[in-house]
Order: sequence, then structure tokens, then C-alpha cells
Amino acid sequence: MELLEIKNLYKNYGEKQVLKNINLTVPRGKIIGLLGKNGTGKTTLIKLINGLLTPTEGKIIFKGEKIGPQSKLNIAYLPERTYLDKSMTIKETLYFFKEFYANFDIDKAKDLLKKLDLDENQKIVKMSKGMQEKVQLVLVMSRKAELYILDEPLGGVDPATRDYILDTILTNFNEGASIIISTHLISDIERILDEVIFIDKGEIKLTSDADELRNKENASIDEIFRRMFKC
Amino acid sequence: MDTVFNNSVPIYLQIVSEIKKQIISGKLVPGERIPSVRELALTHKVNPNTMQKALIELEENGLIKTERTNGKFVTEDVKIINKIKNDYADNLTQNYLSEMISLGITKQEIKERIK
Repeated sequence: MELLEIKNLYKNYGEKQVLKNINLTVPRGKIIGLLGKNGTGKTTLIKLINGLLTPTEGKIIFKGEKIGPQSKLNIAYLPERTYLDKSMTIKETLYFFKEFYANFDIDKAKDLLKKLDLDENQKIVKMSKGMQEKVQLVLVMSRKAELYILDEPLGGVDPATRDYILDTILTNFNEGASIIISTHLISDIERILDEVIFIDKGEIKLTSDADELRNKENASIDEIFRRMFKC
Repeated sequence: MDTVFNNSVPIYLQIVSEIKKQIISGKLVPGERIPSVRELALTHKVNPNTMQKALIELEENGLIKTERTNGKFVTEDVKIINKIKNDYADNLTQNYLSEMISLGITKQEIKERIK
């Protein structure tokens, strides 16, 4: 059984069609790049998989079942915008997560945060944007989930932070779990991808193994993407 | 080791040639145990699946072998290592020669340069 299956998925916002006939399978043990320009439907698709929106038409099946409490437990989601209560300290946030998610590994989170040299009693509001993004990623990756969905994890961070984020993703990539990373910053992330999905104007234009695509086109994923979707 | 990759070439092939070079140059010696896929993936900062693919390719080339339960080792067959070393060197020489010739430099001049 595949980890995630999407069949004939459509999503409209009122009159506007945002996703059109999306068909997708996500196997276990892969890192998949969901690549598309801004406003092409990436976040809508991610929100549908997380059960935050309902499809206009079509099906989303996680481990053979519809999206619901079981899928929400096993899918760890990093949204594009922060949802943390900024008046809380890191320590309070850790215990909040522990109560909220049965599969949150607090020791692992503490361990990862140690490397950031952070004071656990610091309030989130006092931290820089890059630091907040790192903390949020640590919280998400410390859940023992089967699917991790990261929406623009590299948005607006410096190169050193980017390296920390990529490392954290790789070191916490458990066998049997899969990761979907949505981004428009392809060159920064393509090195760690197994598979790529190109999405444009609400439709999937291409799915491929990353190295096969490089071989076939003799170019980087970033170049291929730019050629296909020239503005 | 923090490998710098060229994103236009399949990443696994770049790892294959990196490890090949380490074996040819003797940085990895015949019979030496190779770290696990996960460790290697971390040191090269790539996806474990990509590393796995590279190791399979090296195994098909005969440069490494798997011993059940013990892990992966550099081959002890020096003949294979020498053959791959020769192929690699021939390839580099060939590239050098064709570049020089395309610049209009004669073989005689090339010989003098290499001295």
C-alpha cells in the first residue's frame, strides 16, 4: 500500500479553479520536491493533504484511509507561516507539543535545540526570524511521523541557516518515512531530492526521479524548471 | 567531507567517481571497511537513497563488495583497482590531448611541455 494516494483531485475557491485533476502517489522512504512558482497551488495541495481544506472533487488516501485524526497524527506539517504562540518560551512550547502530539519526542527536540545554543527560557518573540524557523522545523521533525510535509522551509533564511535546515531534514529522515518539501528555491534543495513534481497553474506538469531527469536533460533541476516555466 | 556537487550531473554518479578516486589514490585501501549508507549519506550531505544507488553502482563495477552482516568493504582484488586506475588515467590523457590539439598545439610541442 502506498503511503499517500491522490486521485482526480480538484479544488475551487468560489469560481476560481486552483487545482485541476491532481493524481499523485507518494511511496515510502523518499524525499520529494513539490516545485512550482508562487501561486500555482502548492500550499493549497498541502493544506488538502493535512485536512485543513476539503476537496471540491476527488480523493486523498493516506495509508488506505481518508484524511482524518489518524492521518493527522502521522503527518507532521510545517506550515509556511508560524503558528507558534510567540509569548511562550521554548520550554513551554516543547511541553505544549508533548501534550498535543502523542508521537512528539521531546528528548530529541531538546537535543536538536542544544546544537542551536538556545536558552530554553527565552521567549519566541525575542528570537530572530531565522531562529524561529529553525525552532519550528525542530518541533516538526521531532515528531515520529510517517510523512513530513514542509511548506517552504527555506523561505527567507541565510545560507548558514539553510545548511542547518537541510542537515536537520537529512539526519531526521527515518527509514520508511517520506518527506514532501514544497519550494520555489530549487537550486538550494535539489541535491537532497529523490523525486520531483513540477506544478504549474494548478496542474501537475511532470513527475520524475531527480537523477534520471538530470541525466535525460543534461541540466540541473533548477535549469529544467526555469526552461519549462519561463515568465 | 563536504562534497561540492554540480547539480547538472546525477548526484549518485558524482559520488561514484568521488569514491572511485579515493580507492584509486589509496585513500581507501583494499579490504578497508566502508561506513554505512546512512553515515556516508550524512558526510556527503545527500539523501540515503542516493548514496545507496552510488554504492550499488560501485559494487557492480567490482570496486566494493558486501559481506553479509559485516557491511561493505573495498575490494582486495588489486587487478580491478589497477584496471580502473588505468582507464581513469587514459581518459584524462585523452581529454588533455584532444583539448591541446584543438588549440592547434602539435604532438611534438605537447611532449616538450610535459617534460
